[in-house]
Amino acid sequence: MRLADVASPAVLTLLIGTGVTLLACSLLVQSRPVAAATAVLLLIAFAAILWAAGSGATILAAGKSPGARTSLGLGFWLLASAPVLCLVDLSQQAALRPTARGVIVLAGVAIAVGLVAGGVFDNVSVMREYRAHADTFRAELMRHAILVAAAVTIVLLLGLPLGISGFRRPRFGERLLSVLGIIQTVPSIALFGLLIGPLTSLGQALPWAGAIGIAGIGTTPAVIALVLYGLLPLVRNTIAGLEAVSPAVIDAARGNGMRDRQILIMVTLPLALPVILSGLRIVSVQTVGLAVVAALIGAGGLGTFVFQGLGQNAIDLVMLGVLPTVTFALAVDAVFALFASKGVHS
Amino acid sequence: MIELDHISKLYDGRRVVDDLSLQVAQGSVCVLIGPSGCGKSTTLRMINALVTADEGRILVDGQDVRAGDPPELRRRIGYVIQSGGLFPHWTVADNIATVPRLLRWPEAKVSARVAELVRLVGLDGIEADRRFPHQLSGGQQQRVGVARALAADPPVLLMDEPFGALDPVTRRSLQDELRAIHASTGKTIVFVTHDMDEALKLADRVVVMDGGRIVQDGAPRAIVTDPASDLIRGFVGGEEALLRLLARLTVGDAMRAVETATDAVTIGRDESLSVALSRMLVHGRLPLSVLAPDGQPVGRLTFEDLSAVLAR
Repeated sequence: MRLADVASPAVLTLLIGTGVTLLACSLLVQSRPVAAATAVLLLIAFAAILWAAGSGATILAAGKSPGARTSLGLGFWLLASAPVLCLVDLSQQAALRPTARGVIVLAGVAIAVGLVAGGVFDNVSVMREYRAHADTFRAELMRHAILVAAAVTIVLLLGLPLGISGFRRPRFGERLLSVLGIIQTVPSIALFGLLIGPLTSLGQALPWAGAIGIAGIGTTPAVIALVLYGLLPLVRNTIAGLEAVSPAVIDAARGNGMRDRQILIMVTLPLALPVILSGLRIVSVQTVGLAVVAALIGAGGLGTFVFQGLGQNAIDLVMLGVLPTVTFALAVDAVFALFASKGVHS
Repeated sequence: MIELDHISKLYDGRRVVDDLSLQVAQGSVCVLIGPSGCGKSTTLRMINALVTADEGRILVDGQDVRAGDPPELRRRIGYVIQSGGLFPHWTVADNIATVPRLLRWPEAKVSARVAELVRLVGLDGIEADRRFPHQLSGGQQQRVGVARALAADPPVLLMDEPFGALDPVTRRSLQDELRAIHASTGKTIVFVTHDMDEALKLADRVVVMDGGRIVQDGAPRAIVTDPASDLIRGFVGGEEALLRLLARLTVGDAMRAVETATDAVTIGRDESLSVALSRMLVHGRLPLSVLAPDGQPVGRLTFEDLSAVLAR
């Protein structure tokens, strides 16, 4: 189907207009205002492309039977990825600050979510799938978020003390990092599978363990696996961040009468914080993606749609799991970008 | 009063500090000097228990440094290191307030003390509660380091090559200020350096170390005029070092009191003797009339007075 057949004149004008203006921008001297204007135009182009696809589906559906479906083809994905790639290139060329990058990503996410919520995509097949699964979608999205939040919280609670002791006792730190590195090389599906055996026997052998939800399948093994994957980036960054604190600063802290705990809380941890936060950012984004696999062992989450879709060879159902996951990960990453730029003096 | 009583420190069986005994009198400036690896820094760091002596004992004001709680001890001993070691995430004011806050002073007292110290080290007008260390020059950072060490008014100050990383001009001006601070506060200062000029300028007493032992110990003048070995002679820089001694003394130290100005050439009483010597050389060995800062004649300085003050 050609674009001209399904796009309204308004949409076409908007697309062509932003395209021409963008070309003009690329000829201008790059400066901060031009970069900002270009970013806004690219976001508008992104919105126009999504809107064109959605409204095109609505035009096609008019007068057809309710069973008729419109899938988004390769052309849409290529076209929609063009402004995204342009934005990535722009933020690198113009050396945008993390805050600006975060704002751009959040704006893009808001556009996509807003158009979906506004009903623009109601006649696209993925949204038809959504309507068929609307009740479960909300629940699975929630489960996904809970899995991620639980895993990241536990990673933080375990990884920070582990990283601190790894810094204090370098030999322990080295061993810890190599163990975590080995875990990282185990494919995720295999790790989820490997946990089933031991956890099942544990849950059966100890009644109290079973009572708090330790079993071979379900949420517990999923969270354990996500934590095992998440520990490496956080522990590694905690150790690296603490090691990067100047020995002269630590010597001065001790020489001025700080106790070990005071040195840690008042000096080394605050100075290592930017590196630790970037570790936490990696963990969070990675966990959003990995949590998809958790559906395989009955933990639910957005992966449920992916594996159902794969089983039924229904690509739209797969997309119903993948697209929100990607959006979720992008949003998490952007929030960290906003965080990282605040109040770091070094 | 600091007493080091037969102390030794071993690293991997090597004696870095070897049976060293030293008494630093209250209110004096004792400079430890020697080639790198001579054990001077290790000796300094044993005084505030950053390094533990393997043998012997160290008393600060009569108290064994190993008897108490090391952090408590260190809060009563100022500590300044090379290139500051300031906390980069804290403002200048917060850096200076480190020890008072560890001692849980009331916040009003802390900020009054910080303001006082900012003036004392000559940092007025830098907005200490808004500036961070990286926004200051090297010399300013080192002044903050000194202010932090003085914050809780400790009787003893330990300084480990504090001016080593500064350019010569900044270093000299900080040395002058340290002398002024010492004159006004009367702290006992133990100062480590490898720069003999600095040692001669600051010290009441110079302790030359080599191989973990004291090889000579005396007033700056004695070290220069009567070096105990060729090593020290080389370290002092030979006879030229006399000029450095002159730089350290003022006209007031050498002049004879006379209340009339009889000479054509005059000099201020607070000028250094090296300036006086230069003036004599320029004008051909003439005696100089000495004037007080208010312009009144107070004395007379001859070439012989210069020789005499060095021989004293």
